[in-house]
Amino acid sequence: MATADDLKFQEFDDAANLLAANPDATTISIDEPAEIPKNQHSRLQGPGREEDDELLGTDDSDKTELLAGQKKSAPFWTFEYYQTFFDVDTYQVLDRIKGSVFPVPGKNFVRLYIRSNPDLYGPFWICATLVFTIAVSGNLSNFFIHLGKPTYHYVPEFRKVSIAATTIYAYAWLVPLALWGFLMWRNTKVMNIVSYSFLEIVCVYGYSLFIYIPTAMLWIIPQQVVRWVLVAFSLCLSGSVLVMTFWPAVRDDNRRIAVATVAAILLLHALLAVGCLAYFFDAPELDIPAPIIPAHNGTTVVTKSH
Amino acid sequence: FPGLADVSISQDIPVEGEITVPVGSHSPDEDYSTLDEPVKDTIMRDLKAVGKKFVHVMYPRKSSALLRDWDLWGPLVLCVSLALMLQGGSADSKDDGGPQFAEVFVIIWFGAVVITLNSKLLGGTISFFQSLCVLGYCVMPLTVAMLVCRLVLLAGTGTVSFIIRLIVVGAMFGWSTLASTAFLADSQPPNRKALVVYPIFLFYFVISWMILTFTPQ
Repeated sequence: MATADDLKFQEFDDAANLLAANPDATTISIDEPAEIPKNQHSRLQGPGREEDDELLGTDDSDKTELLAGQKKSAPFWTFEYYQTFFDVDTYQVLDRIKGSVFPVPGKNFVRLYIRSNPDLYGPFWICATLVFTIAVSGNLSNFFIHLGKPTYHYVPEFRKVSIAATTIYAYAWLVPLALWGFLMWRNTKVMNIVSYSFLEIVCVYGYSLFIYIPTAMLWIIPQQVVRWVLVAFSLCLSGSVLVMTFWPAVRDDNRRIAVATVAAILLLHALLAVGCLAYFFDAPELDIPAPIIPAHNGTTVVTKSH
Repeated sequence: FPGLADVSISQDIPVEGEITVPVGSHSPDEDYSTLDEPVKDTIMRDLKAVGKKFVHVMYPRKSSALLRDWDLWGPLVLCVSLALMLQGGSADSKDDGGPQFAEVFVIIWFGAVVITLNSKLLGGTISFFQSLCVLGYCVMPLTVAMLVCRLVLLAGTGTVSFIIRLIVVGAMFGWSTLASTAFLADSQPPNRKALVVYPIFLFYFVISWMILTFTPQ
């Protein structure tokens, strides 16, 4: 007959502590099969890839993956399924925005902030704000540049709102779709440690667009130098967030393909910024007093440079 | 299992309740059929309800009358009048002019639907049409601002007129946002209030921008 002591529940250490004490121990996870190759891969690399742990957050990625599997279980035709994508609090959204504006070198945005809880609130409303900010700022900037000219009649340029909306929403949804498809395809060829879900990529892209909102507001200043400095600065910040997110995902691939992928990501990001600047904001005119050229028949010609 | 020997389920727990369905009217209005009343009474009842809601928007308090009996007549009237008043300004230029009638309509209704969906997805307890009703009625201060702007623009289009219009539109924008927030923010979980208020702010900001940038021919 079993005594009461034998029936007492035995305390087990936290899985992470056990693994830290004995890193080469065989681990069995009863979660999705994608877990097992990840553990084997990191075991084989040894201690030389510590930077991986920081970027991957492997200390509690097991737990978060398990939680993620339990969360999104509602069928996709119910309202509750879509509510899981808006399961964020105010402070979480603010933290993610802060993380996209002040990238910490070496920290992966997805692992640090998203942690298997991608939300659609941030990407959607940041894109909406950006659309209206660009349209309004462009309108204001053109107004101030052309103010005082007798031939100028102010128009609200409402058409540009729909153009801005199409461009920015297409960028925020189609580029992640293409990137996700590309990464999935490469995943079949080369075993990558890191793979992102489509929503996580949309999340990163959405939050990385946040820096363009204050940039667009500052673009009202009618100085070309200031505008291009702002473009470079915001491109550095949000580009670094994207690079630090996607470099671990393509690093194990063929060197040229990895570099080409990251270069394409940065190029598209730059193209968006430069395109918006060129289309919505007129070039400020240079007010250099032109030299008066006396023509041979006595009339003077004053030229103004643009 | 030795420990379970003294657990027993009592056989005589009394079960009691009623299984009759109460039959009767829910409110005194349904005592008589409204089919026989004069048409004037029917119309006046609806008009009074609409008018009461307008008064509630003018003096926003946390009353639930706006939420309980929602109707979309007020928002429709406000939206149509705002869209009509936004016409006639640079409308003859082929493009890059002001918003067309359909654009104003779509922005207001589509914007209200998106904000409602957003608050419901974030876990709000308000119903779909109640939220549409509140957002639509709170466009009223901005419609008043549009009316004032058009009157001011009749007087002149200089800097002074612009400053007056800016102050009026700014004040009405603040009033609209505060009124709709007073009604809608209570139905949200407390740690997500800001997430719900921000789109409302953006929505009324866009409408205010359309009103402020209206320039007559």
